[in-house]
Amino acid sequence: MRPFAYSRATDLDHAARLAGDGARPIAGGTNLLDLMKLEVETPDALVDINRLPLGGIETHGDGLRIGALVSNSACAADERIRRDYPVLARAILAGATFQLRNMATTAGNLCQRTRCYYFYNTDMPCNKRAPGSGCSAIGGFNRIHAILGASDACIATYPGDMAVALCALDATVEIAGRDGQARSVPVRAFHRLPGDAPERDNILEPGEVITAVMLPAPPGGKHIYRKVRDRSSYAFALVSIAAVVRMDRGAIASASLAFGALAHKPWHDTRIDDLLTGQAPSDALFDAAADRLLEGATGQGANDFKIPMARRILKAVLREATGDAT
Amino acid sequence: MTRTLSMDQPDDRNRLDAMVQGVIGKPLDRLDGPAKVTGSALYAAEYAIDNCAEGVLVTATIAKGEVTAIDEASVLNMPGVIAVISNDRMTARAAQGGAGESPVRKVRQVAYRGQPIALVVAETFEQAREAAKRLQITYREDDDAVIDQHARALPTETSGEPTIQGNLDRAISEAAHAVDVTYTTECHNSAPMEPHASIAQWDGTTLTVHASLQMLKYNVKELADSMGLAPENVRLLSPYVGGGFGSKLGISADVAAASVAAIELGRPVRVVLSRQQVFQSVMRRSETTQRLRLAADSEGRLTGFGHEGRVSNLPGESFAEPVTQASEYLYPGENRTLRIDVARLNLLTAGSVRAPGEAVGMQALEGAMDELAVIIGIDPVELRLRNIPDRHPAKDIPYSSRPLAECLKTGAERFGWDVGPRRPCHTREGEWWIGTGMATATRVHNLNEAEARVTLYPDGTAAVASDMTDIGTGTYTILGQIAAEMLGLDIKDVLVRLGDSSFPPGSGSGGSWGAPSTGSAVFLACEGIRERLAKRLDCTDEELTLKDGFATVRGQSIALPDLLKGDEIEEVGHFKDGAISDSFSSAMYGAFFTEVAVNAYSGEVRVRRFTGAFVCGRVLNEKTAISQCMGGMVWGIGSALTEENIFDKRHGHIVNPDLAEYHIPVSLDVPHLDVVLVDERDPAASPLQAKGVGELGICGAAGAIGNAIHDACGVRLRSFPFTPDKIIAELEAP
Ligand SMILES: Cc1cc2nc3c(=O)[nH]c(=O)nc-3n(C[C@H](O)[C@H](O)[C@H](O)COP(=O)(O)OP(=O)(O)OC[C@H]3O[C@@H](n4cnc5c(N)ncnc54)[C@H](O)[C@@H]3O)c2cc1C
Ligand code: SF4
Repeated sequence: MRPFAYSRATDLDHAARLAGDGARPIAGGTNLLDLMKLEVETPDALVDINRLPLGGIETHGDGLRIGALVSNSACAADERIRRDYPVLARAILAGATFQLRNMATTAGNLCQRTRCYYFYNTDMPCNKRAPGSGCSAIGGFNRIHAILGASDACIATYPGDMAVALCALDATVEIAGRDGQARSVPVRAFHRLPGDAPERDNILEPGEVITAVMLPAPPGGKHIYRKVRDRSSYAFALVSIAAVVRMDRGAIASASLAFGALAHKPWHDTRIDDLLTGQAPSDALFDAAADRLLEGATGQGANDFKIPMARRILKAVLREATGDAT
Repeated sequence: MTRTLSMDQPDDRNRLDAMVQGVIGKPLDRLDGPAKVTGSALYAAEYAIDNCAEGVLVTATIAKGEVTAIDEASVLNMPGVIAVISNDRMTARAAQGGAGESPVRKVRQVAYRGQPIALVVAETFEQAREAAKRLQITYREDDDAVIDQHARALPTETSGEPTIQGNLDRAISEAAHAVDVTYTTECHNSAPMEPHASIAQWDGTTLTVHASLQMLKYNVKELADSMGLAPENVRLLSPYVGGGFGSKLGISADVAAASVAAIELGRPVRVVLSRQQVFQSVMRRSETTQRLRLAADSEGRLTGFGHEGRVSNLPGESFAEPVTQASEYLYPGENRTLRIDVARLNLLTAGSVRAPGEAVGMQALEGAMDELAVIIGIDPVELRLRNIPDRHPAKDIPYSSRPLAECLKTGAERFGWDVGPRRPCHTREGEWWIGTGMATATRVHNLNEAEARVTLYPDGTAAVASDMTDIGTGTYTILGQIAAEMLGLDIKDVLVRLGDSSFPPGSGSGGSWGAPSTGSAVFLACEGIRERLAKRLDCTDEELTLKDGFATVRGQSIALPDLLKGDEIEEVGHFKDGAISDSFSSAMYGAFFTEVAVNAYSGEVRVRRFTGAFVCGRVLNEKTAISQCMGGMVWGIGSALTEENIFDKRHGHIVNPDLAEYHIPVSLDVPHLDVVLVDERDPAASPLQAKGVGELGICGAAGAIGNAIHDACGVRLRSFPFTPDKIIAELEAP
């Protein structure tokens, strides 16, 4: 671990200023500190945002505003979330462990970095960690890597669960910048594809700090979060799907699906939602949805299985969401 | 005085059953439990020692070649850095179990990626860790490193003498039923909770090291040899060991590195391996490729038995994962071929990981047996019952005991085994296919030479001392129970001291031999004490009853302090493993029964019920024995479903060197484990009539799970672990 400067932010402006000067925000620290110990992350300075008033879940219009510092445990336990946005509670509870969820925050969770094995191994080239050094996962062991939207520079996945549910819910990230500036970005547009700049996971600019996540009005319908993993708990997804599906008189009135562990970002494709909407559920329809999802999907060898697995899990989720629970 | 017994023939005296204290076998809590849960039990790295410097190992980033330069200047001016050490007293590999001599020391000759090559010492751990990362190393890299462990063609050598009897090829071709299948298992890591760690202190003459080790009497010699010291000048302390599972049988790189630094710098030095180093620099269980050929007559009786394995290790290492160990004696078949080939690879040292041989050998064999049962169309339990030989099939010697049938029957009954041939895909609950499977458990019974000292104090309390270790298994407790039973004392009046090499050399913890071997040494010492008490009372040992601190002879009782009259009685028990294994085949047996659910969409497997019935001779403590069996079964779940260390085929490093990505089972993966111990007395096992139990619960467990997966969904996988991706490749989507 490299020595680093530490300051505690006194207010949001202070945090944004320090962050603009290169300091990394630290919230729960469950991801950042691990990476710093391994020298995968080597920030010169940390700005501790934990004393900022960014906690609490409040009503916001017809929806909810979840503070950046709300712990994953608290979020998943919130009565309104469990009642009106169960897909979010389930996605959070499908991730990590009790201990980690107690420390992990909403913003930290969104910004968690890839679990690519080579990203973690500082002896190996990695464009995300050391831009321009190459991608060791291509041609290496890439069981957990992307089948969608990868580039020649990076085939890593975004590993988290919570953000997949937030994409299905079409939530918005509220971001504060320097000099009191603020902007809102849909979660669906928050994470990036790697392109030729895999060092950038998301659209945050230097000096920007996440202040909250906004949930729109409760969408109703059936909420499903399905995560396939190598063991029952404490493992990242091999494939995950968040689905919010509303039925009306035997047809799909609305569908919003997002996919985890397939790409550098939680995958959302409006065309899939559109394809399903207004249709009567059928295996042929579900296959068509899977075709659309997997159009252009490419395996890297060890992760080839994700292609058939995503298809199967999509079918399972849609069958469950539309009523047939076999 | 020393009382010696060499196990050359069965010891029928069964003295323990003649005792009356009633503490042996009882499910007592572990004596060391309170100290562990309150944190007062100190592990190797936890001693607060004045002026202790901190060392961090630097490991090789090439798979084969030579370190041509270490630029010490690149770190020596960093804050707190004291020294960079890289010399040939340091060890480049972990010692194999029982080596008793230094492992390979040429740290600058790189034989595998992750090999320790230097130690950076600093005032604080953080400074040392950062400098270790900064240290500039120059290599000359060889281009002939062999690192693809799965390559079809690899240079191999045959390990030991293959067993070849009759003509297996002919037996297979003439058999009414035959299987010829190849199973594979991947590398495993012991992943003990406590990482390997040492604090070395040097006073100019004696080297004292707090370390986390399993077999001190060998470890002293290994370290002395590395350091060029006389063994008398080396003292090791391992009173508490946070798990070892074979990875601490021999000294790991931290022990010698801390010692070299302490001697060179004249101050105490602590070296703790990082979790990544535990994975990458200590020891792996070899991957295995196992071809099983079974030939049976129309009744399902084996006429031919073939088990041929390919395993791997570094050049020069003698250890070869003995996958055929149980196949030597378990099943009949007059036409036999058993052999093991070792491929030489530039990958981390392969060595003993809990139940070397049977752990992965039995899971493959029991998969093949299940396949045979399916082909014949009989109940897999029945197939095992029909194949219990009367005598060792190759050596033609008797079994010391052969309780497999009891285990199969007891386990089947407890589990509610559905008798009859398996018919896969019989039960579906929603998305889940449900099936059951079973497997035989067996592990060879090993013994090792051991000494222990027992002292009876004038106040009527006793102390046991041995350099034996308790690696979390319950050794403190069972040794205390043996002494308490033999001397008629309350367990609270027996103090057990272990893990100090200045105590008499015990067996060490390995090969499940700790309890029967060191336990026998304690037993012998107690017999010596009993004899001396009997002499004071003018009677024979047989006439003497010791209970609750009183000695009773012919109806007359006397309290021990009155009998001892201020004297202290000290005896050393010396147990020798002897020649008994030449005349008896001795093993522990058991049977696993499990129910699994396989998700039809995702291929995820959930173990829903898991029963194990085991026989391990006399049970010394029901609770600790059951816990050992449970732990083994948890390992079985890991071996079946999740655990594999993956090496990068291009560079030879472990891709998943941490507990986030090396998936051991978590609580949710483990159902209620139902363990039943069938009590037994085996006079050929040890004077205690007890055998080992620490490894038995894993030997075959994963096979039962694989068989249940087949029964559930009809998918027969042969490459462990059975992860969801492998299952869906064979399982049609609903
Ligand atoms: C072993 C293990 C298993 C896990 N399993 C799962 C799993 O199955 N599923 C899953 O989803 N997650 C899993 N996690 C990841 C876990 O969810 C994240 O570590 C956690 O959510 C990060 O939150 P944090 O508050 O601790 O973030 P920190 O570690 O504090 O920060 C993470 C990143 O976010 C940035 N950041 C934090 N707050 C802000 C802010 N307000 N504005 C801008 N940037 C900010 C930091 O600079 C840093 O880059 C696992 C983690 C571990 C260690
Ligand atoms: S996939 Fe991305 S994170 Fe992984 S090694 Fe390649 S560049 Fe690095």
